[in-house]
Amino acid sequence: MNLRIVNALLLRYVFLYTRSPVRLVEMVFWPIVDLLVWGFLTVYLRQSTSGDLPQFITFLLGGMILWDILFRAQQGVAISFLEDVWTRNLLNIFVAPVRSAEYLSATFAVGVLRICVTAVALVVIGWLAYSFNVFVMRWWLIPFFLNLMLFGWSLGMISTALILRWGQAAESLAWAVPFFIQPVVAVFYPVSVLPAWLQPVAQALPATHIFEGMREVMRTGSMSWAPLCWAFALNLVYLALAGGFFVWILNYTRRRGLLTKFSTQ
Amino acid sequence: MVETDTRETLLEAIELTREFDGVKALDRFSFKLRRGEILGLLGANGAGKTTAMNCLLGLTLPSSGQLFAFGKALHSHRIEILQRCNFSSSYASLPGNLKVWQNLLVFARIYGVPHAMQKIAELLDMLEVGHLRDRVTGELSAGESTRVNLCKAFLNDPELLMLDEPTASLDPDIADKVRKVVRRVQRERAIGILYTSHNMRDIEEVCDRVIFLHKGRIVAEGTPEDIVKRSTEQSLENVFIKIARSGDLEDAGDKAPAP
Repeated sequence: MNLRIVNALLLRYVFLYTRSPVRLVEMVFWPIVDLLVWGFLTVYLRQSTSGDLPQFITFLLGGMILWDILFRAQQGVAISFLEDVWTRNLLNIFVAPVRSAEYLSATFAVGVLRICVTAVALVVIGWLAYSFNVFVMRWWLIPFFLNLMLFGWSLGMISTALILRWGQAAESLAWAVPFFIQPVVAVFYPVSVLPAWLQPVAQALPATHIFEGMREVMRTGSMSWAPLCWAFALNLVYLALAGGFFVWILNYTRRRGLLTKFSTQ
Repeated sequence: MVETDTRETLLEAIELTREFDGVKALDRFSFKLRRGEILGLLGANGAGKTTAMNCLLGLTLPSSGQLFAFGKALHSHRIEILQRCNFSSSYASLPGNLKVWQNLLVFARIYGVPHAMQKIAELLDMLEVGHLRDRVTGELSAGESTRVNLCKAFLNDPELLMLDEPTASLDPDIADKVRKVVRRVQRERAIGILYTSHNMRDIEEVCDRVIFLHKGRIVAEGTPEDIVKRSTEQSLENVFIKIARSGDLEDAGDKAPAP
């Protein structure tokens, strides 16, 4: 892998985002809207209830913020690819000496940048508006962020591969794919509330262990390393599978001559 | 047939066939492009030019046959080969939401062009679009956009260049300038250029040799003058029309000898 090429591709996205304030606003607009809705809901519930519920309610805000990490990482990959489709630049990229790994790495880096922008906005607003301190999770935040980002990259590669295969008609998958798994990965509720047959499916997804861990840390201040190790191991498997799927679909589109449709759509 | 041309072969297709749902878009297509040569790929819409170009760029894999560039198999040395090539098409634009210099800088970095900004300035001046440097690419006219695309194609001093209708949508004055630039670069750097166009004036002025395709097959090959002489037509344009309608250089079916 050539880092010069990754940097060059990343430079393109930096130019794109710095030239277009609307894109920067889009990056923080929806997360802030979500945070406000969930935040006011927690305020309402806190005022209307007593006992253990208030602490439980903070799980919602924590879940919402961590979910956004996963979602932004996935968007970094999928939306970066779509930017090339929308600007009809994909052919220029595919006929340049760019390897799939270099292209994907640049989109991963875009995901990291998107996460940074979104996370800062959410953390600051969560603290100012609702006294929600995400740093109550202390150093556990680092493996949480890392694991959710890795899973977001995997979902991003899968979304991109599906768009490559089915064309621009499938571009809504760039937003939809993470929400297919949201009900299962226990973002806002524990795995135990899922039906018994669905719980093994949930345990097979790395994000589930992170959201379960987040609640554990918020409740007790610590957690076992085992779920984190599981999440990391699962992430490695998902990254390998998603990367393989992307390359397989890319080769399939080359064999079928589907790649060129992106220059005419 | 004994080969007399000793120039290095930059690009070679051997029996290239590409089928789409049982229909052959390319049918045992073979040719060589040598260093310092401009080869025109001609044919009516649907003749197989775009499929051929896409196979040569690695965008579409052939159903059968082999492709070599610089003596290496395209399939297994794709990145190494693409580093020495470039491509411009009136149908593949640079991102419209970036400034011209930003787009060119990104591609200069991808190709590892030293002194990128200086190179970009030289190319913009060469194609007489230096004043567009700070303009947003999406706001350029079709002719300006085509010339900026050509700047991108020349960025890495390619040894092999593929130009897909580079003068489409250009007015006669600019088209003439573009042809002269292409000729000049080809002469000065002895690069090989594969050139497609529907404008026969372009072809006669620019190409050393042409290949006519019809239904994916080569039906005529030679210099533009030679092909006109071998036909019963008075001009290359008429030859083009005849081949598009009858699929043959001559009604009697006189095909060009195999290369």
